[in-house]
Amino acid sequence: MIWVDTVVQGVLLGGLYALFAAGLSLVFGIMRLVNLAHGDLIVMAAYLILVLVTVLGLPPFLAAAVAAPVMFGIGWVLQKYLLNRTLGSDILPPLLVTFGLSIALQNALLEGFSADSQRLPTGAISTSSLEIGALNIGVLPLLTFASAIAVIIGLNQLFYRTSLGRAFRATSDDPVTASLMGIKPGHVFATATAIAMLVVTLAALYLGMRANFDPNIGPARLIYAFQAVIIGGLGSLWGTLAGGVIIGVSQTIGAAINPEWQILAGHVAFLLVLLVRPRGLFPRAVD
Amino acid sequence: MALLETSGLTAHYGDFQALFGVDIRLEQGETVAIIGANGAGKTTLMRSLSGVLQNAPDMIRLDGTAIGGLSAEDVMPLGLAMVPEGRRLFPSLSVEENLLIGTYGRKVDGHWTLETIYDLFPILRERRNSPGTALSGGQQQMVAIGRALMSNPKVLLCDEISLGLAPVVIKDIYAAVPKIQESGASLIVVEQDIGQAMKVADRVYCMMEGRVTLEGTPDTLSRDDIHNAYFGVSA
Amino acid sequence: MSDISTTPRYVVTTHTTASRIAATGAVILFLVLVMVPFFAGRGLIQDLFFILTMLVLAQFWNLLAGYGGLVSIGQQAFVGMGAYAMFGGVILAGMDPIPAILLGGVAAFLVAIPTAFFAFRLQGPYFAIGTWVIAEVMRLIMAQVKALGGGTGTSLPRSATREMWATEWIAGMLDVRNSAARDILTYWLALLLAAATIAGIYWLLRSKRGLALSAVRDNPEAAKSVGVDAGRMKWLVFLTSAFGTGLAGALIYVQKARISPDAAFSVTDWTAYVLFIVIIGGIGTIEGPIIGVIIFFLLQALLADYGTWYLFTLGIIGIVVMLFAPRGVWGLISDKTGIQLFPVRRRLSGGTLGEE
Repeated sequence: MIWVDTVVQGVLLGGLYALFAAGLSLVFGIMRLVNLAHGDLIVMAAYLILVLVTVLGLPPFLAAAVAAPVMFGIGWVLQKYLLNRTLGSDILPPLLVTFGLSIALQNALLEGFSADSQRLPTGAISTSSLEIGALNIGVLPLLTFASAIAVIIGLNQLFYRTSLGRAFRATSDDPVTASLMGIKPGHVFATATAIAMLVVTLAALYLGMRANFDPNIGPARLIYAFQAVIIGGLGSLWGTLAGGVIIGVSQTIGAAINPEWQILAGHVAFLLVLLVRPRGLFPRAVD
Repeated sequence: MALLETSGLTAHYGDFQALFGVDIRLEQGETVAIIGANGAGKTTLMRSLSGVLQNAPDMIRLDGTAIGGLSAEDVMPLGLAMVPEGRRLFPSLSVEENLLIGTYGRKVDGHWTLETIYDLFPILRERRNSPGTALSGGQQQMVAIGRALMSNPKVLLCDEISLGLAPVVIKDIYAAVPKIQESGASLIVVEQDIGQAMKVADRVYCMMEGRVTLEGTPDTLSRDDIHNAYFGVSA
Repeated sequence: MSDISTTPRYVVTTHTTASRIAATGAVILFLVLVMVPFFAGRGLIQDLFFILTMLVLAQFWNLLAGYGGLVSIGQQAFVGMGAYAMFGGVILAGMDPIPAILLGGVAAFLVAIPTAFFAFRLQGPYFAIGTWVIAEVMRLIMAQVKALGGGTGTSLPRSATREMWATEWIAGMLDVRNSAARDILTYWLALLLAAATIAGIYWLLRSKRGLALSAVRDNPEAAKSVGVDAGRMKWLVFLTSAFGTGLAGALIYVQKARISPDAAFSVTDWTAYVLFIVIIGGIGTIEGPIIGVIIFFLLQALLADYGTWYLFTLGIIGIVVMLFAPRGVWGLISDKTGIQLFPVRRRLSGGTLGEE
């Protein structure tokens, strides 16, 4: 029974990783851009929520709702005025610019908030749990997982059912022809990153409520997100969720054997998938 | 005042000059054909008109507005739609989505809607949910034309719509042109297939080496005139 | 045609006047640097050691990313494995630290083989993060090796550092204490490694393989069509740079004499800094990392007291350079003056082709 519990905890943890990864997956799917500052942007959003909670006394969920449009704007400006300039056939500029951004963000946060661990105040929600049979499932992990599913459904609806989603796909296919449709590729990319930042805000909310965070944890979140995206197959959001769950379950099983093996087990699972299915579990047909 | 007009249009690719002072005009309701050999500058002219290539603002006027300096995404909403060479459907979009995205930058009520496009090319109605690129070349060309019509443009630019298609398919495609003309749109048709172009055009420009070498109406131009303008040598 | 083939009237050269002057200058500079310990204090020796080892790391990253098109952010894997192998040789096998440096290079080379096997399955940006993940895996595994200090790390045994090869001789010759002699020894080794690295990469790039390498970077498809095996070139570059990075890692930790997984596998110290050195100096040139490491050192000397602001500034400078001068400081100098100190491009001279 303890193993069932471990797996369930891992699946729910996977929801958090899928939230980390969904924004990365979205942006990569549309503009083939890998943002190495993605993890640091999540941490930045967590600090933004923390500031709103402590300064304005807002409850975390409301603070996240206030932070979301701010992050949306930051994402839009970041993409429009910085990252769009790096897009092209050469992979160096986007990698190095986002790596520079990652270093700059981490150290700006260190300067502003010190290296001390922080946590969002959660009240009763962090301790409450549901009894299902012999399992004891935390409300917060469950909520995280449900949010991940909601985000993926929402992004898929946006992608496949709306005019904006069509513009995303068209621009990704062929930016020049897209411009003949009156689509402004620069705006479309900026909007995509801005939407990714909404997801980042939600990820930051759960990150901050579930565990301690400090300015240095961004890169590790980027790695989990990246692993989830690769395991799932590039461009598949449901695949990303599956990838997150695989990392999550590997980590909780690893930790159950030896607490020091938690992170390592996730990495090993990633490498194993890479060995067996180099293109991920659900690769997109057209790529 | 002409609906669309170029005056002294020049275009460069880096150091290479592709157009040397091209003057053409398109009147309201008119269809103009532009013919010429490979490398004559026809596609460059199309890319300039549609805004894919940018020029000096005054070199191109649409309804009196200087649009030469605008980029494609800003030209299109003003009522100029292009059927690009090679069709260039979006592979990630279905047939219907390819049509719908034609209105992204310009939503104007007019003759053309999904329904009237499907009436024009009934086969597309059957294949509406297929990926655009799963269609035959001729059907893809129909989607590309429909996609451009969806915004009810004032001017429709057709770049080599017969390229790479079988003669019987070309006939089908060109059968739609009179219906497009009836809807009130003005057309510029770039063609290497002179016969097809002459059938639908009110006027013809012939280009060679980046210049307009001949202008006239199909019934006044002789084969020799065209041959000279096309190849630059006497027949 | 037959005329040309029997009496060639043109030659292919890569030399320039500047490169001949530079070669002479480099020899003189090398000799001067060898002599430094005879007149300089320990602080300068340590600074130069830092500069030279960073230069080695930068040259190898540049070989990977600038010439091979393999943008890795996992070079800390090879620094760390090199360092840990050296520690293993000393602590577990009782080796002298100096020969154990070679063991570091070999260990990095060996772990690079499975690393490449995994990482080459990933393209472009995903290759970059993939190498990072593998470096993390190595860090976490080394943290489990209790014999080498586990997660908290360990130090080289005092006996091993005191009795290190040649230190006694240096201490006697220069009349310095044993610890200073150790710094001088590692400094000379760093100088040797840096010189060999630059000479070796220069030789590689001027050889036929170097030509193939540029072909692969510029156009893999076209390179394939003229018979260049792109896959083999990637392996060659990756393994070479792992070996060199491992040697540098081992050497750095002989000097530090204390290791921990977090420090030895630090992405900031061994990849971020290196990346900025190459970007700021000029990627894809041998001169770039040299200029870059000097700028980096000066920036650090100026701003190191500001800690986080220093790193913040470094990140911003990296972004600005990448956007506005993507070929770095050396690119700007080279564009303005046309100077190439390490020309690897082939030019025709003395030719009569124009008259054909």
